[in-house]
Amino acid sequence: MLEINALPNEEKKLTVSEYKGKSLTLLTDKGISVGDTIKISTSDNEFIAILMPRYESADENHIVVKLKSGYNIGIELSKIQFITKVDQRSYQNVSTNDSLLQIRRGGAQHDDWKKEPPPRIALISTGGTIASRIDYRTGGVHAALSASDLYASIPELVKHASIDPEVLLNEYSENLKPEHWTLIANKVSEKVRSGKYHGIIISHGTDTMHYTASALSFALQNLPIPVVLVGAQRSSDRPSSDAALNLIGATIFSVKSNYSGVFVAMHASSSDDVIACHIGTRVRKNHTSRRDAFESIDMMPVALVKGESVEMQPPQQRYVKLQERNNSGHNNFIVKSNFDSRVILLKYYPGFDPDLLSHSIMRSTYRAIILEGTGLGHVSRECIPKIQKAVESGMMVFMTSQCIWGRVRMTVYDTGRDLLDIGVIPLSDTLPETAIVKAMWVIANSNSTESAKKMMQENIANEMTTVTPIMDK
Amino acid sequence: MILAINPECINVKVGFEIHQQLATENKLFCSCKCEETENYKIFFKRNLRPTQSELGMYDAAALFESNKMHTIKYHAAAGSCCLVEADEEPPHEVNREALETALIVSLTLHSKVVDEIHVMRKIVIDGSNTSGFQRTMLIANGGYLDINGKKIGVQTICLEEDAAKLISDNGTIREYGLDRLGVPLVEIALEPVSGKPQEIMQVARTLGRLLRASKRVARGLGSIRQDVNISVDNGNVVEVKGVQQLDQLIKVIEYEMLRQHGLILIAQKLKKNNINAEVGIGDRIEDVTNILSKSTSKVVKKSLADDDNKGVFKAIRVKGFSGMIGFEPYPDIRIGKQLSELVRFYGLGGVFHSDELPNYGIGSEQVDAIKKKLQVVDDTDAFVIVGGQRDRVEFAVDALVKRLKMALNGVPAETRAATFDGKTTFSRPRSGSGRMYPETDIQPIPINNALLDSLSDRIPRPWDEIIDTLAKKHRMNKKLAEQVFDSPYLSLFEEIANSTKIQPTFIASKLTEDLVSLQRQGLDTALLNENMILDAFERLNAGIVAKESIVLIFEKIMKKESKTIDEAVAALGIMPVNEQELQRIIDKILEENMSIVKSKGIASFGTLMGRCMSVLRGKVDGEKINSVLKQKLEQLLASNTGLKTQEYQD
Ligand SMILES: [Zn+2]
Repeated sequence: MLEINALPNEEKKLTVSEYKGKSLTLLTDKGISVGDTIKISTSDNEFIAILMPRYESADENHIVVKLKSGYNIGIELSKIQFITKVDQRSYQNVSTNDSLLQIRRGGAQHDDWKKEPPPRIALISTGGTIASRIDYRTGGVHAALSASDLYASIPELVKHASIDPEVLLNEYSENLKPEHWTLIANKVSEKVRSGKYHGIIISHGTDTMHYTASALSFALQNLPIPVVLVGAQRSSDRPSSDAALNLIGATIFSVKSNYSGVFVAMHASSSDDVIACHIGTRVRKNHTSRRDAFESIDMMPVALVKGESVEMQPPQQRYVKLQERNNSGHNNFIVKSNFDSRVILLKYYPGFDPDLLSHSIMRSTYRAIILEGTGLGHVSRECIPKIQKAVESGMMVFMTSQCIWGRVRMTVYDTGRDLLDIGVIPLSDTLPETAIVKAMWVIANSNSTESAKKMMQENIANEMTTVTPIMDK
Repeated sequence: MILAINPECINVKVGFEIHQQLATENKLFCSCKCEETENYKIFFKRNLRPTQSELGMYDAAALFESNKMHTIKYHAAAGSCCLVEADEEPPHEVNREALETALIVSLTLHSKVVDEIHVMRKIVIDGSNTSGFQRTMLIANGGYLDINGKKIGVQTICLEEDAAKLISDNGTIREYGLDRLGVPLVEIALEPVSGKPQEIMQVARTLGRLLRASKRVARGLGSIRQDVNISVDNGNVVEVKGVQQLDQLIKVIEYEMLRQHGLILIAQKLKKNNINAEVGIGDRIEDVTNILSKSTSKVVKKSLADDDNKGVFKAIRVKGFSGMIGFEPYPDIRIGKQLSELVRFYGLGGVFHSDELPNYGIGSEQVDAIKKKLQVVDDTDAFVIVGGQRDRVEFAVDALVKRLKMALNGVPAETRAATFDGKTTFSRPRSGSGRMYPETDIQPIPINNALLDSLSDRIPRPWDEIIDTLAKKHRMNKKLAEQVFDSPYLSLFEEIANSTKIQPTFIASKLTEDLVSLQRQGLDTALLNENMILDAFERLNAGIVAKESIVLIFEKIMKKESKTIDEAVAALGIMPVNEQELQRIIDKILEENMSIVKSKGIASFGTLMGRCMSVLRGKVDGEKINSVLKQKLEQLLASNTGLKTQEYQD
């Protein structure tokens, strides 16, 4: 059973535990902890400074201190002639109310909601910080996750909704597993069934946010309200962070969208102006670092949040089905939150060893292979016998394209036709990442291979469309 | 400006922070070229918001900036900008060349290099850094600058990235060019010094020369900037940013002395009025939009028209300040002016105050109505009015009340910007030193002794030696050598002097005195690049243009009348004449004047030379014409025996 860290990391107690070896010994001997003010004399200098934590990967020959000027420097252990603690770190407990009073951005006031109560939004955090606080004294960055922290950091939110934050997980998204999707889906389900919310926002690390979005799209069916995943490509401790605008956009969309379903809300461009909302199964992280890394594939984003208004893409240009929002009813809402991770995603490349296919079969742990083929859905001729064996042994083999844009079409060339003949199932324009999530979900939610194969070829959550629109990429 | 006060009496202290761009090829945290451009093709818009500190408080300066809620538009150009400058990609490793230069500078200043360098983020949210912070690292502590045996202490030496270039600011949208963002800078902070402004300037000049002696720093306008911390007795430290030239520096120090001492004199007078800052200043703030809408003031009308005619005016009651807002202990130094500068920061035009009203189209009727509304009954009470867009006015009112309270204490700690004419204007409250946290994207850099030892060989020769050598080598007087050394053109000068036969003093005077005088006429030296200068001197060397034409060519370029040297030469009517053409022209002149040649023989030379010069003046060097003509004439005479040759030889 997976151990899920369901509580946020307690703000790390500042100790000297980051130090190792010689430096750890010295500091422990002198009873010095991170955050303490210390006096150090070296062979050529003298400092009064605050002891800082040391990066785990850094060497053990230096200690790091923050000088009065605010700069950190490393001091070489062998040069230290004298070191002593001058002052203990003092822990401060200051409420954030003062800062809320201090900042008056855009006239945000609770007064806006005197006549009617504000729409309520549940904010579930799973990792990645939408708001954070910097301790300039130690340089530490801490997540700011309470409602008051959020309002203090992003006062504009007050104008749009009343937000109930809850911390579910605190993980880098690369550490999330299908089990976490289940956990998140169940938490969303609980919030939806409470009937209290206009929308649910999930803050998420960006690396695998599109996988989680896909997973929730399959797991949460007939959602009455929007569920919006949101992240940040620039961490929230920076003044230039995209987190605040992304969250504001997600909030406005959650409140104003006429449609329900699972979406991802992130920057539409490098500029801080428009937030694009993407369908959960059709979105992909296409850049390592840009703010507009998330893109809808083969379709326009379903909505753009510009200022305080939501511009929905007109239905005739959408080619996907969206469900109407129904704030009061969750009777049809179905939750199927289990995933079976016995699926492998294999990317074909020139020189791909066909034996990999048999190795994976040998392991007998897998139920399905998602192939990320070339072009319209191809792999080399040598792979065909191996794939045939796999299919014959009961493995489901699906084809997607590594081109990302466009759909597979395996009747055009011989190789494609041969693959079809041996039982490879094309997944049309389903994205490879979406396909693996879908397969994990399908396997957990079907009772036979045949029904699983059938489900894989059906459009469940807009992961498979029939029209590829003409558009500028 | 004539100094009305003796700097020693008020104990002026000036601390320098010199920011010197390094002459590296690439930027500090990416591989983009350090080249200025205006050829922007990429644009994007951002907003910055303050980050919350652990104490739940926002830094005062950060909050101040964010209150302005600027949209920032960035302009980028390929080659000098990539995703790093756009804050769309993590920084790369620290530029090694820049780091070495910073270490060499530290060694030159006898400063103690830290054992391990940590890159920090210093919060700056005026938009000049796309990230909202400036990356900076402390390289060395302590050390000194030697000025004629007197040691001026060095506090710190840092290596940091330069900020983006402000293109415009209309109050709502601020625009920056990203070409300069990320250019490596060394920042050297000196201990505060006291003395006369002239002596203080000598410190900055010496440090500048020491840096230039390394040949590793950028030259030219904007490549060195001084921030100056100026304080007087009983005042706070005022930081003045953006001083680019040394003569401007003296004026800035003189202006700040007057301003700061003036504010202290005002505070002393105010103290006599027994004002209770907490109760008396800003205790009544009233909307006076309706009252002022009846005035005939153009300024008022314009402010009311703001924000789709939703502009408002607010008045603040200030007890005990009557006569003090307009009071000038020194010419033009008064609280009213400080208040106007302050509200301009919020994109508002200025303030009106009771000491200057009625005036400017605001009549006594309106003044009385305002007084009534504010319940100004005492003769000693004053009021201040500010108007414009509502949210800005609200912020401005807060800031004005705070500033008026500060007037009781004299000089507020603030950051000011130097103006071109050597004055200063308010830019923001002075920021604390604590707004720094580690740049976690870059690993710490250990500095070992082996590296420092290897760099110690590269400590530059003292600048005065370099100037002496320069003077000796090129037979110039010391003053001219100093001018060349201080100019942006030292390397160019050496290149031209070494590769041509042109007299070094001539080159030097063109590159210094003449260019400076063109610059003083308001012309832009940036238009004239080094290749152009080199080209012009090469033409002179080849005899294609004449000495007198050099400055004329420069002027054409700097006046934007010509884009290239070719164009300038053409515009000046100096058609480039090559050897062949020269021969042909002289042949033609000889042919046309055959009768004179025949009658006068060699004595015709003077007349012929005159005819040649009238055609070739400025295009071909006179000596060249002289020698070609002489040769041709002699040949002609020799081939035509019987023609007279003797006279010439006499
Ligand atoms: Zn770059």
